[in-house]
Amino acid sequence: MAPQSALPYSPIFGRLSLEAIPYHEPILVGTFCAVALGGIAVLGLITKFRLWGYLWKEWFTTVDHKRIGIMYMVLGLIMFLRGFADALMMRTQQALAVGGSEGFLPAHHYDQVFTAHGVIMIFFVAMPFITGFMNYVVPLQIGARDVSFPFLNNFSFWMTTAGAVLCMASLFIGEFAQTGWLAYPPLSGLAYSPNVGVDYYIWCLQIAGVGTTLSGINLIVTILKMRAPGMGLMKMPVFTWTSLCANILIVASFPVLTAVLALLSLDRYVHTDFFTNDFGGNAMMYVNLIWIWGHPEVYILILPLFGAFSEITATFSGKRLFGYTSMVYATVCITILSYVVWLHHFFTMGSGASVNSFFGITTMVISIPTGAKLFNWLFTMYRGRIRFELPMMWTVAFMLTFTIGGMTGVMLAIPPADFVLHNSLFLIAHFHNVIIGGVLFGSFAAINFWWPKAFGFKLDKFWGKVSFWCWVPGFWLTFTPLYILGFMGVTRRMRVFDDTGLHPLLIISLIGALTIACGIGAMLVQFAVSIWKRDELREESGDPWDARTLEWATSSPPPAYNFAFTPKVHSLDSWYEIKSRHVARPTEGFKAIHMPKNTGTGIILAGFSLVTGFALVWHIWWLAIVGFVAIVAGAIYHTFNYKRDFYIPVEEVEATEAERTRQLAAIAAGA
Amino acid sequence: MRQHLPSFSRLAGLSLVTAAAALLGGCSKLIIFSPAGDVAQQQGDLVVASVVLMLIIIIPVMALTVFFAWKYRASNKDARYEPEWDHSTQLELVIWAAPLLIIICLGALTWVSSHLLDPYRPLSRTAPGQAVAADVKPLEVQVVALDWKWLFIYPEQGIATVNEFAAPMNRPVVFRITGSSVMNSFYIPAMAGQIYAMPGMETKLHAVFNKPGKFVGFSANYSGAGFSDMRFAADSMTDAQFDAWVAKAKASKDTMDRKTYLQVEKPSEKVPAHLYTLSDPDLFDAIVNMCVEPGKMCMHEQMAIDQRGGMGVAGLKNSDQLFYDKTAARGTGKPADWNQKISALCIDPKQANMPGDRPESSPVAIDRLNGLGLTHKDDAAASHASSSALLSASAGNVPAPTRSNP
Repeated sequence: MAPQSALPYSPIFGRLSLEAIPYHEPILVGTFCAVALGGIAVLGLITKFRLWGYLWKEWFTTVDHKRIGIMYMVLGLIMFLRGFADALMMRTQQALAVGGSEGFLPAHHYDQVFTAHGVIMIFFVAMPFITGFMNYVVPLQIGARDVSFPFLNNFSFWMTTAGAVLCMASLFIGEFAQTGWLAYPPLSGLAYSPNVGVDYYIWCLQIAGVGTTLSGINLIVTILKMRAPGMGLMKMPVFTWTSLCANILIVASFPVLTAVLALLSLDRYVHTDFFTNDFGGNAMMYVNLIWIWGHPEVYILILPLFGAFSEITATFSGKRLFGYTSMVYATVCITILSYVVWLHHFFTMGSGASVNSFFGITTMVISIPTGAKLFNWLFTMYRGRIRFELPMMWTVAFMLTFTIGGMTGVMLAIPPADFVLHNSLFLIAHFHNVIIGGVLFGSFAAINFWWPKAFGFKLDKFWGKVSFWCWVPGFWLTFTPLYILGFMGVTRRMRVFDDTGLHPLLIISLIGALTIACGIGAMLVQFAVSIWKRDELREESGDPWDARTLEWATSSPPPAYNFAFTPKVHSLDSWYEIKSRHVARPTEGFKAIHMPKNTGTGIILAGFSLVTGFALVWHIWWLAIVGFVAIVAGAIYHTFNYKRDFYIPVEEVEATEAERTRQLAAIAAGA
Repeated sequence: MRQHLPSFSRLAGLSLVTAAAALLGGCSKLIIFSPAGDVAQQQGDLVVASVVLMLIIIIPVMALTVFFAWKYRASNKDARYEPEWDHSTQLELVIWAAPLLIIICLGALTWVSSHLLDPYRPLSRTAPGQAVAADVKPLEVQVVALDWKWLFIYPEQGIATVNEFAAPMNRPVVFRITGSSVMNSFYIPAMAGQIYAMPGMETKLHAVFNKPGKFVGFSANYSGAGFSDMRFAADSMTDAQFDAWVAKAKASKDTMDRKTYLQVEKPSEKVPAHLYTLSDPDLFDAIVNMCVEPGKMCMHEQMAIDQRGGMGVAGLKNSDQLFYDKTAARGTGKPADWNQKISALCIDPKQANMPGDRPESSPVAIDRLNGLGLTHKDDAAASHASSSALLSASAGNVPAPTRSNP
C-alpha cells in the first residue's frame, strides 16, 4: 500500500478520471475485451431476434415469483463464474510464487482478487442461489399463487443485481477493496485505504443488502400468511421450514451489517471516528458487529439447503422423512444458537478465558442439532429404495463432505486450538469444506432436482455425472493440501512463499482447482446439452421424481397462477397423500384468478440506486443527489400506481387446465 | 469426454501419491504437532485430542452413510423397504444424546484448556513436569507490529531489533504486544499460538521455547500490501548464545529512540533484520499510548482527564492531541505540530486505566489441582504423548497432585 496521494477532484466528475481505467493492467484489459465482445454478441443476438420487448415484458418487469427465482439463479451463475475465475487466479499465484518467484499478480491486484472472491461468492453467488430456490419453491410448496408482496420481490431482485453490477464495475473503473472480504478497520479506514476500493465494497453491499432484507421480510410474511388451508406450521414441508428460519435470520441480522457499514462509511465520508485509531475509535467494535451479522449469515446460506437435502433424501429414498419433528426443532435450535457464537471468529483478539470458553462451547453446541439432522437423513435412507439420480448423488457427497467440515469446525471452536489454526489455510479449507460441501453441493442437488419443475424437461444425466465426478474429487484435491498446509503453520492471504517445501502441496491444490474448473465446464455443457435435447428429456407429468410435496402437483412449468384451486392440506407430504389416495384432479368450476400486474418500477429504482452508489463511490455529489432524489420520487410516484392487479379470465384458466387434463390423459394412456 | 474421464482419475491418483510423498517427506514441517515450545505443544495436542473425540461419532456416521447408500440402493430388492416408517423414539434419543455426550466432553476440555492456556496467564511450567519457580522472572519482550515489519524491544537487556527475535530456552517469555497502524496477528508457530497486535491496545502472550532451533514468526492477519513478507526470524538459543546475541545488539551503533522509531515506523517492505541498542525504556508505553511524536499528549493522560470529568469546553481546544493517523497512513503524512496544546500531564501510565488492561492472572498452582481424570506424577510422562485421556492435553501432566489435600 504505497501511500496514495488524494485523487484529483473535479466538481463534475468527482474523483473519476481517465486514470481510473486500468488500461496498464494487461489481465484486466484482456478481461475487459472478452467481456465487451461477449456482451456485444449477446446484445446483438437479443436485438437480432427482437427479444428486447419479450425480455422487458415477460422477465425484467415480472412479479411472478417463479421467473424472479430463475433470474436469481442466472445472476448467481454468472457471478459464480467471476468468483471462480478469482479463485483460479489465487491458486495459480500461490502455486507460482514460491521460493523467490513473485508469481504473476502484484500485491495491488492479488489483494483485490481475494477480497472480491469472498465478497462475490457469499453475496452474489450463494445468496442469489438460495434466494432463487426459496423464491421459486416456497410459494409452490405452500400452495400459494405468489409471494405476499410481488412488486417488492421484483425490486429486491433488481437491488441485488444492482449491487452485483456495481461490484463488477470496480473491475474496469477504479479498483476493488484490498482488505479481505470483511474489510476490518483500521485497514479499511480512510488513512489506510484512501482510494475507491472500500467505497465500492460498501455501496455494492449496501445496495444488495436492501434487496436481501426486503426479500427476507417478503418470504417470512408469505410463509406465515399464505399457506394453503390445513397446512399448520407442523405440516409445512421441511424446505419451507428451513426457509422460514433462514429468512428470520436475514431480517434479524442484515440490519446489523447495514448499520456497521453505515458507520464505516461515516468514518470514510464525513470523518467520524467510530473505528479509527484517532479520537478513541474502536476497531474491535467493527469486528464484533460484522460477525454478529457474519455468523448468522453462514446459517442463512446453509439452512435452506438443509431443507432441500431433506426433500431430496425423502423423495429418492421413496420414504417419509425420518424424524420430521426433530428436524424442525433442530432447525429452530440452529437459528437461535447462531446468534450466540460470533466471537469464535476472533478468539485471538485477547478476550478472557471465560469469554472465549463460553463462545467456544456455544459453537460446539450447534453441532448437536446439525448432527441430529445428519442422522435424520441417514435414517431416512435406512430401509428405503434409494434411486441414485443426480440430486441424490450430490446429497450423499454432501453428507460425507460436510461431516468432515463440521469436525474441523469444532476443532476451531476450541480456543487454544484456534490460537494455532486461526487465519491459517486450515481455516480456509474448513469453511470451503462447509460452504462448497454444503451450500454449493446443495445448490447443485437442488438445481438438478427442481430444474424439471421450472422448465418441463430433465437435465442431461451424463454431463451431470461428469460434472459430479470432477467436482467431488476436485474439491478434495484442492482443499486437503490446504488442511495440511494449515498444520504447517501457513497463513491465509499470502501472495508469496519463501519455503520451497510448500510447493508440491500448492501445486496439488491448483490441480484440484483445475479439476473443479472441468466440473464447472461440464455443468455448463450439461445445461446446454439439456436445452438442446429438451424434447428427448421432456417431462410432462409434472412429477418426474415421484416426489412428495405440493410443488410437484402442478404442471411443469407451472401455470402463472400455480394452482387453479388452492389445495387443501391434511398431512405433511400432501402431494404423496393426494397420489396415494387417488384424489381426483378438479376439472371444472374454474373462476377468474386475481393476479398482480408486472411493473417496471423495480428495475428503474434499482437503476437509480446503481447510479447513486456509483456517484457516491467517486464523490460525484451532484449525481448522488440527483440519483437519491430520483429514488425517493420514483418510490412515491409508484405509490400512486393503482393499476397493480388484473384477472386472468376464466376462459384462459379453463383452456390451460383443459390442456393439462389432455396432457395427463395422454401420459396415462401411454403408461 | 468418455475417454477423458479415466485420465482425470489417473491424474487424481497421481496427485494423491504426490501428496502422500510430500507429506512423508515434509513430516517435520507439521509444526503445529511438533513445535519447539511447551505452549504450542499443548495446543497441538489439543487439536489431536479433539479430533480423536469427534472421530468416535464421525466414523460411524460416514460408514453408515456409505453402507446405507449401498444396501438400500433401488436395485437391491432384497433389502427391507418400509416407506411409512418415520419415527423411533429410541433412535431419536440416541441421535441427540450421542453428540451431546461428545460435546459435554469437548466442552469440559474447552473450559479447562481455555483457562490453563489463556495467553494472559503467566506460565506455571516450562515443560511437562518442570514447574516454574516462584522467583523466576519471565523475559519481557515488547512487540510492535509496524507496516510491514516487527519491532522487538528487550527492556531488561536494553536492546531492540527489527524482524529478529531470539529467546533463551526454558525461560518463560512474556510478550507485550501492540501495533502502530492496522491489525496484525503475532504468531510464532514453533513457540505458541497467535494473538492480535492492534494499535492503541496491548495484548499479552506467555510462552517458552524448549528446543533450540531457527524458526519463523509472521503476521497471521492480512494487513496490506507488504503483508506476505512481514516475517521475522525466531531463534531459540542456549543462555550463552542469547548473551552473545544481546552483546552483539549492544554493540550496534544504531540506537532505538523515538526519532529512530518514527523513521522505522514508515511503511516499508521486505525489511532485513537489524539490531539496535535501546535508549528510551518508555518507548513501548509511548507507542501504546500513541504519543511517540515529540510533545504529543498520551492517551492515558487524555483518559485520566476524561475520568476526572473532562475539561469541558476547553477540551475542544485540546482535540488536536487526538489526531493520530486520521489523514494518512503512519509516517506518510505531514509531521504534526503539537506544541500549542497540552503536552503532558504528570500521570503514571501504570496507574491509569489502560485500554486492554486486565487484572494480572496468577499462574495455575498445578500441584494443587486434583480430582477425577487428572493424571498423577508417575504417569505424567507416559500420558504426554497420548491424547486419549480426557484432560491429558490440557490439565494433564500435573506434577504432584497432593492427594492428602482435603
